Parts: sequence; C-alpha cells; structure tokens
Amino acid sequence: MRTLKFLLQKEFRQIFRDPSIIRLIFIMPVIQLIILPWAADYEMKNIQLSVVDHDHSDYSRKLVSKITSSGYFILNDYAASFNQSFAEIEKDHSDIILEIPASFEKDLVKESEAKLFIAGNAINGVKANLGSVYLRTIIQDFNQSVRLEWIQIPRFSPETQIEVSTSNWYNPLMNYKYFMVPGILVILLTMVGSNLTAMNIVKEKEIGTIEQINVTPIKKYHFILGKLIPFWILGLVVLTLGFIIARVVYGIVPLGSFITIYVFAAVYLLAVLGLGLLVSTYATTQQQAMLISFFIMMICILLGGLYTSIDSMPVWAQWITKFNPVSYFIDVMRMVVLKGSTLADIKYQLLVMSGFAIVLNGWAVFSYRKRS
Amino acid sequence: MNNDKIITADKLTKRFGDFVAVNEISFDVHKGEIFGFLGANGAGKTTAMRMLCGLSLPSSGQATVAGFDVFKENEKIKKSIGYMSQKFSLYEDLTVKENMRFYGGIYGKSDQFIKDKTAFVLDHLHLENEGNKLVRSLPLGWKQKLAFSVAIFHEPVLVFLDEPTGGVDPVTRREFWNMIYQAAEKGITIFVTTHYMDEAEYCNRVSIMVDGSIEALDTPTQLKRNYGAGSMDEVFLKLARKATRMES
Repeated sequence: MRTLKFLLQKEFRQIFRDPSIIRLIFIMPVIQLIILPWAADYEMKNIQLSVVDHDHSDYSRKLVSKITSSGYFILNDYAASFNQSFAEIEKDHSDIILEIPASFEKDLVKESEAKLFIAGNAINGVKANLGSVYLRTIIQDFNQSVRLEWIQIPRFSPETQIEVSTSNWYNPLMNYKYFMVPGILVILLTMVGSNLTAMNIVKEKEIGTIEQINVTPIKKYHFILGKLIPFWILGLVVLTLGFIIARVVYGIVPLGSFITIYVFAAVYLLAVLGLGLLVSTYATTQQQAMLISFFIMMICILLGGLYTSIDSMPVWAQWITKFNPVSYFIDVMRMVVLKGSTLADIKYQLLVMSGFAIVLNGWAVFSYRKRS
Repeated sequence: MNNDKIITADKLTKRFGDFVAVNEISFDVHKGEIFGFLGANGAGKTTAMRMLCGLSLPSSGQATVAGFDVFKENEKIKKSIGYMSQKFSLYEDLTVKENMRFYGGIYGKSDQFIKDKTAFVLDHLHLENEGNKLVRSLPLGWKQKLAFSVAIFHEPVLVFLDEPTGGVDPVTRREFWNMIYQAAEKGITIFVTTHYMDEAEYCNRVSIMVDGSIEALDTPTQLKRNYGAGSMDEVFLKLARKATRMES
C-alpha cells in the first residue's frame, strides 16, 4: 500500500505539472461539448432550392412562397427551364429542383389533379432525401389548404382520410442536442481513458524511466494500479465537468439518477483504461501508441452509434458493435439521460462492460513484462 | 557458494533469434571490489548487465547475484541492487527531492530514512539550494552525479553502472569517480562499464568483452603485463581489433 502511495503521488505531480495534459483534460471537453452539438446536426435547415416554374400562375407562386417560408429551404434560383436549374445542381449551388408544369393551375382547378416533379442532388444523399421528404410534406399541406378553400369538407367525407399525428417519446421536441451531448461525453471519456494512459506509459518507455522502475522490487500490480487510478479519477472529473456544461449550456439534466451513470462510468473507465494499458504494452514509441489509439478510436466512434444508428447497420457491422465498449456506454447514456433508466434496466450492459474490464486488464497485466 | 562472491556467472548466454549477443560468459565479482566491464560498442556489455539486473531473461547458463538466482529469484535480486542505466532515467519533471523521495519510497524506505538521506545526499553533492528545482534544469554533469546518488539511495550491496560518465567533462568525471570510491569504501560493490580507458585503470579488476565473449579478465596491472602494453588503451586496442561484429 505504501508503494502505491508513492506511485500515485509521483503520477499526480507529473500530471499537474504538465500544462498540455491539463489543457487536454479541461479545455478539450469544454470546446467539444460547446461546439460539436451545434455543428453536428441532422436537421436540414439550409436546403438550396431551384424552382422551374413553367406556369407563372397564382397557385404556383403561392406554393413557392409556402415552401420558402417553411424555413427549411432557401430559394437559390427561379429558372425558366429545367436545364438551367440542372446547371445549378451541377455547379453544386442547388440541392433540389422543383419543376412546376405549365398547366399546373389549370389542371388543379379543372381536373382537381396536378403533377409536380422533384429532382434531388444525391451527392449528399441525406440532404436530397430529407429535402424531398420535407418538400412532399409541404406540398401535401398546400394541397389540404387548397381543398379547404374550395369545398366545405362534409361531416362524413366520402373518401376515407387517415390523419397521422406523431409524438416523439423521450425527446418530444426532437432536440438533436439531447441526442448528441451524451454521446460526445462518452467519446471524451474514452479519449481520456485510453489515449492518456497509453501515452503516459509509453512516454516512460521512451525516456527510459520504465527500466529504472523495472529494476526496483516494485510489484507489477502496484505499478499498473499506480497508472490506472489517476486516469480513472481524471475520467470521472471530465464526466462531471461534461455534465455541468450540459446543464449550463444546453439545460440537459439526466432524467435518471447520476448514481446509475457514475456506476456505469466507473466500470466503463476501467475497461478503456485496460485498453490504453494494452496499447502501451505493444507500442514502444509515443508515435506508435498514438497511431494505434487513433485507429481504435476511429472504429469505436464510427461503429459506436454516435452518428449513425446501430439498428440501421448491416448485420455483420452490428456484430462488431457488440465488441465495442463505446456503443454500450452511448446506449446507456442515452437510456439514462433521456429515458430515465435505472440500474436494473442497464444490468445487461453493466455485465458486459465488467467483462470488457476484466478481459482487457487481464490481458494487459499478462503481457506487461518487467523482464524481456 | 563462496560468501566472498557477490556475482557468479557460469556460461551465461543471451540469444536474440540467431544472434548470440552474449556467448557463454563466466566470471565472478568479489564483494567490495570495483569491477570494470569493458568492451567495444555492441560487444554485449549492456545485455550482460541487464541479465544480471533481472531486466533480461538469460537464454542459458547460470548466474547468481547477491546470492540469488537470476532465473528464479530476480525480484529478490532487485531489492539488493542499484542500477544506473545508459539513458538518463530520473524524472525530469520532478524536483531533485521528489525523485529521491519516489525512489526511496518504492524501495520501501521509511519517511525518516528518506528525509535524513535526502538531506545527506544534497549536502554531499552541494545541491542544498537545488533540492526544489526540477531535474530538467540541472546541467548534465550534475544530473549524472544525482542519478548515481539515487541509484545507491536505498543502500544496496551492489550497484550496476552502465557508462555512467558518457558525455561528461573531465573534471566532473574525476568527481564522479571520487563518488564511486566513496561508495566502495562503504562496502558497496561497483560493477561499471565504460569506454574511457583511464577509468579502467581505477578499477580493481577489469574484464574485456569482444563479440559477446570475455577475452580477458584480470587486474589492470596484470593485463598490461600479459599483453606487453604500456596502458589499458593499448590492451583494449589489441583485443578489440579482433572484433568482427559490426557496431550496433
């Protein structure tokens, strides 16, 4: 125990004396949490719209003004021919074209039926897709109001009408930040846990101090605990800092209890610290450690369900996510923050995470050698 | 086992794949002596030393250090030895006192011991005013003297020094060797590698390694006589010229 005290004392002194670590621990989370949730937003706001109006009628103008006033579209150009606006798409100025045929008003009034044409620029598939969905909804709405203008809908309409109303549970306003902030917090914790630990140990290898440690009678587990405990504590500090920012900047307060989150985070940190330790036993230079960590982080983040839903991944990718600790924590974080899940609800994830912690640390301790 | 011997090595060998870094070396080091371990770059000195310190597992042969077997009791050896590696290995971002406290602490020394010993060492090195300075800010010569003091801080019976005076000016080298003599007078056995042949003359006995094997082992006076040389420099050149191995 006394040995551990000396190790921890030394480790904390070094951490607090290194301005770059302090910056990494305190400034990185603040910036990421303040900037990223605003920037990484799935809602499409600024869809550039080209309108080809062959009709120039009252109704076509009404429709276009309804679309532009929705707030989702910006009228890029009002062209005379389809080719003209297609040129806009080719120049990447425009995301979507709405073509209104010459007989639009006439057909609408006389035949009660009119046709419109929508062409999306699928280079940005998400934008094209969402854009045409929004556009269709607005046109449908326009359709409804035109009908209302013309005819009094009878009490019992001869046509069956199904009206759909949606209510979004757990995130009623579909506030994207509620979805992103907990996820970003997880990524931050992962970075602190795995990268800093790996870099710290490999740095000692590079400088040569680890050899000096290996020639002392120090126990392997003392050395490893001396490295893990400081970063475990720092990880929890970063988490706390993250929740303060989430509260102050976004007004996000977890629906569930903090105890649930911290219990899971404590186990999760053990797992990622083990990962960092493992990286450090295989890497001999900080550059190697950095590249290995970067590689692992990329996979963990992209297959973690932060940006893309795991449910929409192909089955083989879903299997990979089962071996990705990040995906469990993002899942748990969202469950607890948005849904108010309790420890009992996350016991499966907790169990899996404990497994990760044991396997990763066990492997790291096994492959750490005082003697080559 | 003879109690007078602090290191015994018998056909100690280390292979890295096909490469035989240390080839069946056998020698003894007596208690209290200053044992010089010479050889050209890449001759296998550091590897041999690392095996004796318990940092590297020997491929074959036998050896004991301070009465403990290097294969099975390597962690026990570590309690009795000090080690100063070729690379400077104090923590540059800790102060002089913090380094002593840390190394004293992990050898299990009491707070009182650490406090007294720190004061003694600082006084001895005339670093009383530098105790709270970061090691990074000290000049190289002082760092080396400090590293030696830290290596024997826990009062081991034997200390391994791997090229302790590399890159150090002649005055500091002289001071460094004074420190080695003082440690030897206290009964600490010194096992030292060096490239400076004048330093070899300071040793009680000297071994010279060529291509992984020990080619000569005797007192400096006897070696010079055997090889008909006027200085250790000549002895070394005669032996090292036989080397066929490339510098590593």
